[in-house]
Amino acid sequence: MSNAQLTLIIIGMFLVTYSVRTVLFASAHKAHIPDWLNKALKFVPISVLTAIIAPMSLTNANGLLLTLFNPWLVGALTCLVVGLFFQRQLLTICVGVMVFFVMKVFVVA
Amino acid sequence: MKTLQHAQRGAIASIPMIIGGIPFGLLFGSLAIANDLSIWFAIAMSSIVFAGSAQFVALGLIAAGAPIWVIVLTTFVVNLRHILYAADMLKFVKHLPLKLRLFMGFGLIDETYAAVRPMYDMGSANKDTGHKAYIGSFFSFYLMWNVTTVIGALAGELIPGISQWGLEFAMVATFISIVTPYLKSVPYWGAFAVAIVASVALREMPNHLGLIMATLMAVTTGYVLDRDDAQHASQEAKHV
Repeated sequence: MSNAQLTLIIIGMFLVTYSVRTVLFASAHKAHIPDWLNKALKFVPISVLTAIIAPMSLTNANGLLLTLFNPWLVGALTCLVVGLFFQRQLLTICVGVMVFFVMKVFVVA
Repeated sequence: MKTLQHAQRGAIASIPMIIGGIPFGLLFGSLAIANDLSIWFAIAMSSIVFAGSAQFVALGLIAAGAPIWVIVLTTFVVNLRHILYAADMLKFVKHLPLKLRLFMGFGLIDETYAAVRPMYDMGSANKDTGHKAYIGSFFSFYLMWNVTTVIGALAGELIPGISQWGLEFAMVATFISIVTPYLKSVPYWGAFAVAIVASVALREMPNHLGLIMATLMAVTTGYVLDRDDAQHASQEAKHV
């Protein structure tokens, strides 16, 4: 591709990305979000974060991997249990990451 | 607390995800070079577009010789989920000056939303301090993303297999630690369960459409369960 084309790609990608991120922020002072929508939006964090990581934890390129030999699944379950039980963010992350890497090094390899 | 301290709190809340993002930044820089693109192109992408997954998709499309409009349109679809984040954040930013909002919009990425949005629910951010934590998170990601892009482009294949180390698990662990405090009532559990099943079932859909669909289904589930709860409560109140 020529430099002009590559420049156009950057500009185009910037414009669509920035517009999606900013269109609501730009009109925020006059935008009115109806009550029902605000009630629905409070479920966005849990929904989108779960939807991003569930396929990473439960599948690989070949499909579902619902076994205790899957470090991703075991690490994620550890995080879930520790998080629900102790409600301490740093503890959840540290224990989960430790379990994940121990499994990756000793169990899978 | 001073502005800098709020910014630091936003940055600290982002540390696990920053670590998780490092291999992706390195990978992006080295993939750009592997695809015969210049280091300047890689730097321009990371500093001007600043959109992790869309950048990878664009590299793939450029390598496949796709026309420019396809690349731009695909970027649009891949980043559509950010409009949900903006809608959800609106109530916390609407009182801020326009220029500040336009600036914050540039940094509205998955990780900053994930790190900062729950701080409002947990009481560690509010309308007066939240945007400072947000900018702290945004800056630290921006720095990491651009530095790792440059290193990746310069190093090329010097760090073989870093993408197989599993550093991304830091992101999985962080997201779960953000999600668990919400799991206290039926509607949130419902949204959680539907998000898992739907995102796994729809994972083969192109351009993150499965992610968007699964998110919408989970949000709807939570909303409907929540409304039913409220109706039951008001009916019981009438009986009393």
